[in-house]
Order: sequence, then structure tokens, then C-alpha cells
Amino acid sequence: MAEPRPVLEMTGIVKEFPGVRALSDVDFRLFPGEIHALMGENGAGKSTLIKVLTGVYSLDGGTITLDGRSVRFGSPLQAQHAGISTVYQEVNLCPNLSVAENIFIGREPTRMGRIQWKRMRKEAAELVDRLGLDIDVTAPLSSYPLAVQQLVAIVRSVGTGDSDGEGSGTKVLVLDEPTSSLDRDEVQELFRLMRRLKDEGVAILFVSHFLDQIYEICDRMTVLRNGTLVGEHMVGDLDQVGLIQLMIGKALDQLEELHDHQLHSDVGETLVKAEGLGRTGGIAPFDLEIKKGEVLGLAGLLGSGRTELARLLFGADQPDSGKATIGGKQVSLSAPNDAIGAGVAFCSENRKTEGLVPDLTVRENIILALQAARGWTRPIPVSQRDELVAKYIKALDIRPANPEARVGQLSGGNQQKVLLARWLITQPKLLILDEPTRGIDVGAKAEIQKLVVSLSEDGMSVLYIAAELEEVLRLSHTIGVLRDRRLVAQITNGPEITTSRIMETIASGEHQ
Amino acid sequence: MSTPSVTTPSRWRALTHHHLFWPVAVLVVLLLVNVPFTPDFFSIKMTDGHLYGSLVSIVLFGSPLILVAVGMTLVIATGGIDLSVGAVVAITGALACSYISDQADQSALSGVLLAMGLGLLAAVVCGLWNGFLVARMGIQPIIATLIIMVAGRGVAQLITDGQIITINSEPYKLIGGGYWLTLPFSIFVVAAVVAVTVVLTRRTALGLLVESVGGNAEASRLVGIRSMRIKIMVYMFCALCAGIAGLMISSNTSAADGNNAGLWIELDAILAVVIGGTSLLGGRFSIGGTVVGALVIQTLTTTIYTIGVPTQTNLVFKAAVVIVVCLLQSPKFRAKVFGAKFGAGSGTKGSAKPATAPADTAPATEAAPKMEVS
Ligand SMILES: Nc1ncnc2c1ncn2[C@@H]1O[C@H](COP(=O)(O)OP(=O)(O)OP(=O)(O)O)[C@@H](O)[C@H]1O
Ligand SMILES: [Mg+2]
Repeated sequence: MAEPRPVLEMTGIVKEFPGVRALSDVDFRLFPGEIHALMGENGAGKSTLIKVLTGVYSLDGGTITLDGRSVRFGSPLQAQHAGISTVYQEVNLCPNLSVAENIFIGREPTRMGRIQWKRMRKEAAELVDRLGLDIDVTAPLSSYPLAVQQLVAIVRSVGTGDSDGEGSGTKVLVLDEPTSSLDRDEVQELFRLMRRLKDEGVAILFVSHFLDQIYEICDRMTVLRNGTLVGEHMVGDLDQVGLIQLMIGKALDQLEELHDHQLHSDVGETLVKAEGLGRTGGIAPFDLEIKKGEVLGLAGLLGSGRTELARLLFGADQPDSGKATIGGKQVSLSAPNDAIGAGVAFCSENRKTEGLVPDLTVRENIILALQAARGWTRPIPVSQRDELVAKYIKALDIRPANPEARVGQLSGGNQQKVLLARWLITQPKLLILDEPTRGIDVGAKAEIQKLVVSLSEDGMSVLYIAAELEEVLRLSHTIGVLRDRRLVAQITNGPEITTSRIMETIASGEHQ
Repeated sequence: MSTPSVTTPSRWRALTHHHLFWPVAVLVVLLLVNVPFTPDFFSIKMTDGHLYGSLVSIVLFGSPLILVAVGMTLVIATGGIDLSVGAVVAITGALACSYISDQADQSALSGVLLAMGLGLLAAVVCGLWNGFLVARMGIQPIIATLIIMVAGRGVAQLITDGQIITINSEPYKLIGGGYWLTLPFSIFVVAAVVAVTVVLTRRTALGLLVESVGGNAEASRLVGIRSMRIKIMVYMFCALCAGIAGLMISSNTSAADGNNAGLWIELDAILAVVIGGTSLLGGRFSIGGTVVGALVIQTLTTTIYTIGVPTQTNLVFKAAVVIVVCLLQSPKFRAKVFGAKFGAGSGTKGSAKPATAPADTAPATEAAPKMEVS
């Protein structure tokens, strides 16, 4: 690639938070028509660099040049007007507004000051179509799962430039972990779109913890470690091992370990038994058995009902048919409390709205489930509490390892770990993990998968949901396949089971 | 990532970042404003074994407000609001006074205690009703509590037959107008209620669960917190506080006025809570902040009288001060006016504990000075 002038250049960027230097002297450049990966461990400073660029945070040092002009944005809106469209890591839309309204919020097509609703809906439908999505733009955003919401956020950002009024058009597109909860097909749709924008000369900044995606779509990458720049490389010049080494600063060999691990075989008696459990509009009645120490993985496409199934088992949604027994006792599952009382824990895929309390500290968030179970009159003794919290901060390597830090200020991956810690601390009999590795870096991902293996070896049952089929296949004794909100097959894992075999089952809708 | 900054922690910065700094600073400034007008403002004299002085009166007159505001703090922390406290003040006073006025011996201790019990019971029932509507029926707190706010004064009028009931009861006079150990008795009541609240919320897990419910209701449900119970409890507690304030007010004047007792106290209480650094969005709360906030409001009222603000411009003056206080608490505003030194978002070094910085509870934590595209 002949190197033209960079469209965006950030030099000597410094950003400090009280007690934390999130970025020190970072340089970053972006060329037109390239897809540039920003890499680094959880908490390396990727999202912070993006937020400094788009004016969410003020700059403590350094300069930003866009198209040769020195800029400094006071707000994300200014950045957007200057041609930088951004999808932030945490989906930041209004769940109670319609999809169309969300796409056009702040730049609704107007005539004489009045919003043209019809035109807005039509344009929204077109944009959504462009991404190959089949959704109703008049439905409220909250009626769609997180992955779709993420796609809507993407549609919103790419749609920014070409609606009239704002002028400049998108020069830079910033995507902070847009693929964290997408399935392969959606990822491919997104990549198609990214390639097209790239051909149009848009510069794209892409963050993802999926190395395969980086190698598939990116041209160049910049690696951060602990808020400092460790290097900028062409993707072709650096292999995955080298990249990981740059990211974590040492060689990583335990990553491989898990690939050839053996599923343990001492699966005990039945722990959970669901008979005809279902909910209209959620998931069709299903029968399911989970044994003690078993890992049950759920596979299926976006919207196939994996999360819905998990939510029913936890009582997060009320089942309207069927019954469930846990440990031999019938449980009503009319509220999460019933399931929690029976030893079930549920890590939601949506850590922001269904998981963490951002204003509370890491410590408070970690003990919340345990404390709720004890009731308000019996606070966990301080020494025991601090010991537990310290133990899990260490075990999951939550950074910064400060129990007093506000959870809202942690990096995305570290927030995910806090959520995990919260439920692990309760020592449940059945642990439901919905996308537990969402937004977690390669090293930590392997750690969490190992944790799941060892927990199940110790007799904990796990219901595991992940968009990555390999991940499900690697960990599960049994794989439940869902399609169109129906549990269509339960496959016992074995040497002959491959991801393509499961894909086939998903596609055909029956077990052959 | 957490490259800890090694610079010596600046005490000043730590101080300005404390969540009580701005409310206390405003309180001190307001107190000082009085000195040119009342030179002996800070002096406290002993007369007849009682302490007198402007400071004592501020706490004395501010007592009901502190009580109401403390209860309100917990309600607001759950993400709710209670507009009915003023009406509850009126009902409690009316009930207690009318019971006492019916007694042959108004000063009989048993009768007085029974009257107080009756009043407080009525208050708690009001709280239960509010809590039921909010937590069980899912009605918006502002609407749910509006019902008693409006109807409650009618009830109080009914109890007093539309009259102002005056009583003459020595023991009853004690709570709001009496002295004990040289100090107004109400100060002890307030101290006790504040202490109980702090112990109840911070020594148990109640405070944490309240903050969790207010900070993220859905997450709290999924974590198994019985938020319905917690909300009902909190509304009952808030009404109980208002009830005690009602006893105090009627005791101070030895009269129950269904129309005017506790009129608009809900607004002052909400202001006190906000000045104290608890966000109206719910979540983190600070009882200490609320007490300071209530004192700020009471001092403001006193100041308006001592510096002789014309009565017509009274409210405008009060509003202006409140605006200034609220602006001072916004890191965004501070950064803009005083430079980054005081702003929270662009804070650089130091041992500041951002955990409970008041405006940090606002949604836009990433407050930053606005800059134009150059
Ligand atoms: N608002 C904030 N206040 C204080 N510290 C913050 C704030 N935002 C981020 N940090 C800290 O800055 C560091 C970098 O965080 P950042 O979110 O940029 O990480 P990241 O590279 O995006 O990680 P991830 O892969 O987990 O998303 C972390 O140590 C984080 O705790
Ligand atoms: Mg991030």
C-alpha cells in the first residue's frame, strides 16, 4: 500500500484518571481506506484512546490531527459532525425507542422543523437492509437481543454520513468490540460492509479480542500494553503468537493447553430436570436434563432462543407451562429468587443493564448476590468479605485490583470478570453462563474456560452459552441445539462431533 | 494498567474531592455572610441553664427538616421520591394533638405517649400505602405519593375539624420546644434518628441493597434482591421520620394546624438531599451530606431574615443560592469556571477517593471542559 497522508493522527496522547494513568504518550495514525486494529489486553487503554479521540474524555496531553487540521472535540457530537462515527463498547441506545428512532436520534430528517416519520422509517429500513438484517424498524429496540442492538448501533454509525444535513460524511469509523456478541453470519455481514466502506476510502478503527477476525479483515494494527504503545505493524508481518506476546509482554503457551484437554467423565446424577418448560413468545416447551458436574452447551443462531431458555431456568422470565425440579425438589421459577434459593446462578450476557451496578464499587458488586441471599439483616462479616473479594479479584485477575474502584470505571473485560466473580462466590450448583467471555481478552478467555472445566470437575453443573461454536464444543459434555426458539436436539459430545456437524443440525433443525 | 501516580498526594485535592466538601463549604460561607449583619452570630450564651445563640436556633428550627430529609434520602436512593411527607407531618401532628386535647389531664405522661404512638402509627401506615403503590403496584413514585400529598391535608383537616387545635401539655412540649442538658431536646431526637439511620444502613447490608436497587433495578432483581420489601421498608421509614418531625412541629407550637404544618417541607427536603450529594436518579446516598444539606437550607432561611431580604424577593433569593450550590457540585461547571484543578473528570494525580464524589452519580461522569474544534 502506498502510504498517503494519514487521515487521522494522534501523537503523544496522555490520559489520566485519579490514581490511574490510562494512556501515556501514545501515538496512533489511521490511513484512508484501511482497516486498522487496536489491540491490547483488557484494560490496556483501547476504549480510552477512542473516547479521548471522540471527545467523551478530555485530553491531558498530546495532539490530534484530522485531515491535517489540529482538532480537539468537546463532545462526541462534534466528533460526529467532523466525520468520525463511533460505535462504543457498551451499547448506548435508548431501549424504549423504536429501532428507527434509535438510528436517527439527534439527526432526524425534518421538514420545516417537523420530523418526517415516514421518511425516517423508510430510510431506517433501507439502512438495516444494507446490513442484511431482517428486523422491524418500528419495534422498540428492547424487544431485540443484545446482538441485534449492537448491530443497530453499527447501522446508526454508518448511516450517519449519508443522511443529509450534517455535511462532511464519514471519514473515520470507529468500532469498539462490535463483534463481541455476534454470530459468524452477522460478523460476515459486518465485514462485507466494512470492506465496502474501506473501498469508499473510509478509515476504520476496529477493536476485537477475536484474533481470527483481526487477521481476516485488518490491514494494520497498533498494540497497546498498560496504556503505552508497544508497536504498529502490518498484519501480514506479525503472526498470532507474536501478537499475543506483544500484548501481554510474555510468551503464552497455556492457550494451547485447552485444545487437547479431556472432558472429565464423572458426571453424576440428575441435578436439573425441566419438563415441558416454556413461555409463549420466548421459547417453545422443552425437556432438559442437566447432571451434576455436567457442562451443557447451547448452540444456535442469533435469536434462536438460547438466552430465553437460560432465563426461564433462572426464573428471570416466568415460564407459563411445564415444571422444573432442581436437586429432586420442584421449583416454581416465578422469580429469580426461587432459582437462586435452589442453587442456580445466572451471569447475564448484558452486563450493563442486567448485570452490574456501575455506581457501586468492585467489592460491593462482587458480594451483591451473596448478600442478597443472606438478606439485609445479616451483613457478611468484614474480614470474611474482604478475604473473599481479594481471593476472586486475584483468581480472575481483575484489574485494577482495587476493591474500592467503581465498577463503571473498569474496562469492559474487567467488568465482565466482576460479574463472574459475583456468582462464583455464591458457589452455585448450577452456573448459567450467557456469553461469559464477551469482551474478554485471549489470555483471560483461556483462563475462564479452564475455570469452567475445573468447576465442573468439582461437581458444579454449568449451562454454557457462547456465540463461538468451538468454545461450546470444547467445553460441553452435551450440546443443546436451538433453532427458531425451539430446542431441536441434544447431542452427546464425542470425538465424531465437529462444529460443522452442529452447524448442520442447526441448519436442518433436526438431529441426524 | 493502574500505573499508580507516585506524586505526593495533595491534601488539598483530597479535601476538595471529598463528597462533603462543597456542601460544607457552602454552609460555612452562608454562616459567615451573617456576621456583618449580626456581629454576635457565632456567640452562644447561657441563660437560665439553656444555651441560646443563632447556631443553636438554626439546628433547633432545622430539626424537622433534617428528619424529613434523612428519610427522603433513602427513598431517593432507591430511585423514588416521596411528596407526601408534608401531609404526613400534618396528619401526625393533628392526630397527636387532637388525642391529647381530648384528655382530661393533658399533661399525663401515658396519654402523651399514647398520642405520639398513635400519630407515628398513622405516619407508618401512610408510608406502607406509598410503598405498596410504588413497589407492589408499580406506580410512578411521584404519582403514588402525590395521592397522600393532596388527600393527606384533607385528612388532617378532618381530624382537627378544620380548626387549629391548641393544647397545653408539658411532656408533649418537650420534644419540639423543651430543653435537656442545656440544649433543645429536638437536637437529641435528631441526633438519635440520624445515628439509628446510619447504623441501620451501614452496619447492616440495607444501605448496599438500597443503593443497588436504585443504581440498577433490573440487575438487582436478577441478583435476587427482594426490592419490593426494601422499597416498602424505605417508604415506611421515610414516613416515620416525617411523623417524628410532625410531632416536633406541633409540639413546638403546642398546636396542630392541618393546613400549614409542614407545608412545602417535601421540597426543602428534596433540595437538602440533592445538596447533600445524593443523585435524584438513585443509587449512592449520603446521610451526612443530607444533614449538611438541610442545615444549608435552614441557614439560608435564617440568613434571609437577618440580612433583611425584602419578603417579596425571598424565594428568588433562595432559588439563586440553591442554583449556585447545585452548579458548584457539578464537576463540569467547576472545571469550566475554576479550571481543571477543581474539575473531577480531568483530575490528574492525588489520592482523591472518587467513590462518592457527589456529582459522580450523574449520568455524564465523563464531565469534561467543552472545547471547540479549532
Ligand atoms: N472513567 C474512568 N475512571 C477511572 N478509570 C478509568 C475510567 N475509564 C477507564 N479507566 C481505566 O483506564 C484503564 C483503561 O481502560 P480501557 O477501558 O481503555 O481498557 P480497554 O483496553 O478498552 O479494555 P477492554 O478490552 O477490557 O475493553 C483501565 O485501567 C480502567 O480501569
Ligand atoms: Mg474497551
